[in-house]
Amino acid sequence: MNALIKPAFDVARIRQDFPILGEKIRGKDLVFLDSAASAQKPRVVIDAMVHAMERQYANVHRGLHWMSERTTEAYEEVRDALAGLLNAPDRSHIVITHSSTEAMNLVAHSYGRGILKPGQAVVISAMEHHANLVPWQMLRDAHGIELRIAPITDAGELDMAGYEALLQDRKVGLVSITHMSNVLGTYTPAERIVQLAHRYGAKAMLDGSQAVVHRAVDVQALDVDFYAITGHKLYGPTGIGALYAKRELLDAMPPWMGGGDMIRSVSFEVTTWNDAPYKFEAGTPAILEGIGLKAAIDYVQGIGFEAIAAHERQLTEHALSCLAEIDGVTVIGHAQDRGGVVSFTMDGAHAHDVATLLDRQGVAVRAGHHCAEPLMRRLGVDSTSRASFGIYSTMEEVDALAAALVRIREFFR
Amino acid sequence: MFEDLRNLYQDTIMQRGKSPKHGSRLAVFDAQAKGDNPMCGDRVHVFLRHEGGRVAELGFEARGCAISIASADLMAEAVAGQSDARALEIADAVFAMVRTGDITDPSLDLLRPLAAVSEAKSRIKCATLPWGALQSALAGSGAEKGSVEA
Repeated sequence: MNALIKPAFDVARIRQDFPILGEKIRGKDLVFLDSAASAQKPRVVIDAMVHAMERQYANVHRGLHWMSERTTEAYEEVRDALAGLLNAPDRSHIVITHSSTEAMNLVAHSYGRGILKPGQAVVISAMEHHANLVPWQMLRDAHGIELRIAPITDAGELDMAGYEALLQDRKVGLVSITHMSNVLGTYTPAERIVQLAHRYGAKAMLDGSQAVVHRAVDVQALDVDFYAITGHKLYGPTGIGALYAKRELLDAMPPWMGGGDMIRSVSFEVTTWNDAPYKFEAGTPAILEGIGLKAAIDYVQGIGFEAIAAHERQLTEHALSCLAEIDGVTVIGHAQDRGGVVSFTMDGAHAHDVATLLDRQGVAVRAGHHCAEPLMRRLGVDSTSRASFGIYSTMEEVDALAAALVRIREFFR
Repeated sequence: MFEDLRNLYQDTIMQRGKSPKHGSRLAVFDAQAKGDNPMCGDRVHVFLRHEGGRVAELGFEARGCAISIASADLMAEAVAGQSDARALEIADAVFAMVRTGDITDPSLDLLRPLAAVSEAKSRIKCATLPWGALQSALAGSGAEKGSVEA
């Protein structure tokens, strides 16, 4: 597809690209509003992975035969696609991981233990996923790093004054904050977060697990030092993610896992490391998943993030106005800048019961603490239900959610 | 009008989930245990008082969904007056029922409203949460005595 000429956004046509959307749940059309947990896969991703398995597969980076060379070539294309997706200067800035969780753990281990010094601090926010909290707690306990939590406002936005106050003693070596909350849908002011971190001498990482799905991300414009993403929320397969990092940081950082691919030469006495990014990739990589993710990135770029963002904004606004009209339903989080994730509670009904009763009506949402227990406590709730939208979500599905919630509300009366 | 919803959420579950009869800490207890579902954050704390070698009373504090609270509330009635051994048998029957969808012991008909969770796999752990806490409490029966100051 010519990237310059994009067809008008046509959700009906997009839905045809996703075979699973034709499935029936309990005899009803599937209303899938759980894309923030994991998105469905378009035919091109499925086909790319099947094609690799049927026609062109061998281990990568080591074989001297035709199949290995071709597979290496196909697999390495995902590195270029990821660099393009994030506007990284080139593929050497892209470490391929198994998830964004692994990407953040990589930074916590390698940068955290290798570069940060005991007594320095790491700043996260009060709305992080456990994946951007627990690795820092482990670093704190193992390496004597102080962990600081930037506050959020009642609206669910980062408290920028509170954030800056944490940086002012210049003890902070690294800031790691979500680019878009998986619970509240809040987009954080990424550029400002990075600028402030740099002003006080800290490096900055953004957890882009959610953000990269919904908007164009430009790591050079953000001047961010590390950016973590995952493939399966971006319509790609599970088991693959990536870390973008500035090249000088990757060069300075020690490896964190030992094994094949990450070495240059090995003897019993001494081993030398491969160059970045391979230095951080031990073992046979997720080859098929890489090929699938490349197809997914091509697919979303073919649609274009401008159109995706506009579509999801429309869905989110519609959802917010529908939910506001339902007595007893409260939306959690009112950020000015938000993506296609809407969390809510219902008076007198636990989020799990709401989710199960929605499921009985064919509507799939997530419910619980969304791997963000401290955020739940900050918000004063045990759990929420969460509807999240993807490129294939429709206004009719939002209406179906609202209608199903009205019934549940009556049922609980 | 709610037939599609009512199979799992029968009246018993809805009523007990909303207003449990036994949903409070016992003033005096001789066994207790907590249970939690780390994946969803639900918690239950079960308190038991024995008399003459039998469970005289069961109370609980819970934070959770209608199914877990109703299950705890039904549990309180199912084990009251039973020996520890029998209470553990009943717990086993519940763990079996939520998988098979049936309970074979007619004396446990009281618990039958929980059987429908067998068709909602993701909710089985909600129904079994209090029963797991009961097993823990009985395993340590008498070991942790306590009372609540008025």
